[in-house]
Amino acid sequence: MNRQPKAISLISGGLDSMLATKVVMEQGVHVEGINFFTGFCVEGHTHAIRQKDRDRVKRNNALWVAEQLGIKLHIVDVIEEYKDVLINPKHGYGANLNPCQDCKTFMVRKALEWIESRDFDFIITGEVVGQRPKSQRKDIMPVVARESGAGDRLLRPLCAKILPPTLPELEGWIQREQLHDFSGRSRKPQMELAEHYGFKEYAQPAGGCCFLTDEPYSNKLVDLWQARGERDYEFDDIMLLKVGRHLRPRPHFKLIIAREEGEGRFLEGYRRSFTSLSTLSHNGPLALVDGKADDNDLELAARIVARYSQGRDAERVQVEVRDAGGSCRVMDIAPFLAADIADAWRV
Amino acid sequence: MARYQLDARRLLCPMPVIRAQERVQSLAPGDVLEVLCTDPGAANDIPAWCRINGHRVVNIDDLGDTLVVTIEVGDT
Repeated sequence: MNRQPKAISLISGGLDSMLATKVVMEQGVHVEGINFFTGFCVEGHTHAIRQKDRDRVKRNNALWVAEQLGIKLHIVDVIEEYKDVLINPKHGYGANLNPCQDCKTFMVRKALEWIESRDFDFIITGEVVGQRPKSQRKDIMPVVARESGAGDRLLRPLCAKILPPTLPELEGWIQREQLHDFSGRSRKPQMELAEHYGFKEYAQPAGGCCFLTDEPYSNKLVDLWQARGERDYEFDDIMLLKVGRHLRPRPHFKLIIAREEGEGRFLEGYRRSFTSLSTLSHNGPLALVDGKADDNDLELAARIVARYSQGRDAERVQVEVRDAGGSCRVMDIAPFLAADIADAWRV
Repeated sequence: MARYQLDARRLLCPMPVIRAQERVQSLAPGDVLEVLCTDPGAANDIPAWCRINGHRVVNIDDLGDTLVVTIEVGDT
């Protein structure tokens, strides 16, 4: 090759991809980062929504890692394409709705499309054999390489020495001896390598960087699919699953009730898309009605929302019901007692 | 040099960065893009994205309910 080899590295924002990238950069390869946004990434959204998180440092870890490494980062919106990965995973789900193996294959395939359109040479991931039970088993790694189409253009620098040689090694673009043989769930080798490179600060997502690994979130998504009679979603649906208290008192509608001010502000932005309820006579949360609710349903909804307001012990509470078009009416209702809120309604 | 505006209000990070990135791809070096945001995280993420991709943040205006991050497109 007459030019400097070029690689794209899948940057999650965690330590492993940071180290894997650095290992390859140290061998003189031009590396740029890529980060895929599926809509289910934990960081960012929840921090921005909840009031209690508003004082935290709001940092996109992938951008931060790229800046530490001194490389470009391309953040790619794959929300639409990711639907098929989640809805029809060839290799099934993990403990919740996490389609980890198909997700990894998808991301490597997208990275392959990226390098082929930009004359880059290979792909880097921070995978470690045995690190994760579903997607980072040794027997899974060649499957991901094959099914993504990347084949030997997929390099896992942290465990490359216990895997067959890849194209960049065979071509002599990088030295296999300078790659690593990490395996298993221990983080010690990564910590030592981080120390070696002088990385003092790094995110440790520990598998928690995707909402689909979260059981309550997965339950809400299953509930959404069951209620709609189809396994599909829009971007706003999966955003709203991250916010508020979800109660489904009837099969054909549910309530999304803000738990605090930040969530209320966030739900405010959806009032032109949903019927919404808010208490007038007392302070209380904003709630959205997802589904089709008739007058009886709206009265039921109003009594539930009043239960979560400061008027919960009052005899009567006035609740404003506003439809998506902006038309309002006021209901004067008796708030539910705590015992009236059935456990089965909680999604 | 031309001046453009991008409405990324109500979008949560990293969507404002993604939308800004997409828009910048169609602009010329020296063009200015004002990104309107409501996610406070954008005040960190857009400048970080600019630093690593060779663009310059000219200004960040906090208008109360909206942040305006002004970017000058770099020669990258």
